[in-house]
Amino acid sequence: MKKYWSFFRIRFIHGLQYRAAALSGMVTQFVWGTMEILLFRAFYESAPQSFPMEFQALSTYIWLQQAFLALYMTWFWESELFHSITTGNVAYELCRPVRLYHMWFVRGLAVRLSKAVLRCMPILVFAWLLPAPYGLTLPGSFHTWFFTLLSMTLGLLFVVAFGMVVYISVFYTISSQGIKLIVTSLSEFLSGAIIPLPFLPDGIREFVNFLPFASAQNVPFRIFGGDLKGHDMYTSLLGQVFWLAVFLVIGQIMERNALKRVVIQGG
Amino acid sequence: MNSTRLYEKYLLIHLKSMMQHKVSFLLTTIGQFLVSFNIFLGVRFMMDRFKEVKGFSYGEVLLCFSITLMAFTIAETIFRSLDTFETIIGNGEFDRILLRPRGSLFLVLCSKIELTRIGRLLQAVVMLIYGIYSSSIIWTPVRIMTVVLMIIGGVAVFAAIFLIFASICFFTLEGLEFMNIFTDGAREYGKYPIGIYGKTLLTICTYLVPFALFQYYPFLYLTGKTSDSWYSLLPLAACLFLIPAGLLWNFGLSRYQSTGS
Repeated sequence: MKKYWSFFRIRFIHGLQYRAAALSGMVTQFVWGTMEILLFRAFYESAPQSFPMEFQALSTYIWLQQAFLALYMTWFWESELFHSITTGNVAYELCRPVRLYHMWFVRGLAVRLSKAVLRCMPILVFAWLLPAPYGLTLPGSFHTWFFTLLSMTLGLLFVVAFGMVVYISVFYTISSQGIKLIVTSLSEFLSGAIIPLPFLPDGIREFVNFLPFASAQNVPFRIFGGDLKGHDMYTSLLGQVFWLAVFLVIGQIMERNALKRVVIQGG
Repeated sequence: MNSTRLYEKYLLIHLKSMMQHKVSFLLTTIGQFLVSFNIFLGVRFMMDRFKEVKGFSYGEVLLCFSITLMAFTIAETIFRSLDTFETIIGNGEFDRILLRPRGSLFLVLCSKIELTRIGRLLQAVVMLIYGIYSSSIIWTPVRIMTVVLMIIGGVAVFAAIFLIFASICFFTLEGLEFMNIFTDGAREYGKYPIGIYGKTLLTICTYLVPFALFQYYPFLYLTGKTSDSWYSLLPLAACLFLIPAGLLWNFGLSRYQSTGS
């Protein structure tokens, strides 16, 4: 356990060094968040009765999305990992007395967390200071805070576990281009990164809610804004646990199988 | 050899080199298509739910989206080298370009022609056709000319932004990520007519960065929201944005002291 903790710390501290990139990313996210809210406001003013959630809950969703982008972005890949598999450099990693899956999992967590830690606070504070329906609204009850944090953790673990399946699949396919393409284009929309899932039309929405991608940012952000509560909230949390377990198991089985037949061609 | 012929030669070289990696080219093209298809789905589902936004119907929004996307894509295909200018400066490529007996800007543009954007262009074309077909616009020669002018004006504005971006690289020697707001941001949020975002943003996009001049005002004329046909000529005014961008490039070039690599 201790060695994985050290890996985590190394990667986390490494990530914290990129402050200029974080600052510039923050500026982008402020603008993005503002534009997104202006856009939804236009729709709200056109037909308020068609709006599937409270405007406040939507603003909260958008600001959390911008603040924690690094935790839940499904289009972010460490090309170094893909590269190490295709070039065979992964052999060096395999020499170490650690399990590849755990090491990369911890690495994925650390990279995302370090990016998020640098960016989230200023965005959250700024969003909190904005006037009522456009800013971040904090929930009153302890209950909501607790379940948001729980759900955020589950969502993050799910995103990393999902990423692991993609990384390890390259052991089988060698080229990462195809899988990256399919995953990136599908997951963005299905996880609610383009428009929040409640805005999808009936029929499609129920279907998308069953898919694993709905277990990422969709659940915690909606709990925090008060849009998801009661029975639905517990079901969604269970869904998160389920999909996390599924992807952890798939990833580890794939890793075991891949490493059994991996051939390193000298060099 | 004149510049057009030279550009053709470069285009052919880029095409040939890309065809060496056919699978990669195909996958990148599909990727381009799928990413913007996601944005299209977002628009589709939003319009499905709300029917109209600030008086614009689904067909009209698609028309607006396709024009912006097309202008951006054409600009990115031709001016992509300016968007990644920091690498050209960083690896000393620009110093080699300066030694050649041609305009430096011209040679920089020749160094990269991003043909993989064809996937996105295809989507823009399909949406444009669908938008023309499904919106209730009565097509007159003036209106058709307006669409063409909007696309030309859009390419000019995006080209100017890429040029400003590259000129700043002369001083900073590295790219400034927040400039993406003006390129990717404009593509992303230009899918809807700019006016729906409110007065403040419309003012910024009229006087500071002239997005609205090629996208919003002529579009008002196109959809019959205003009968003032002068609006359809505003994209030409947007082209004037190239002048300060060009001046900045020349200024940057005159102050450029190699990176030494």
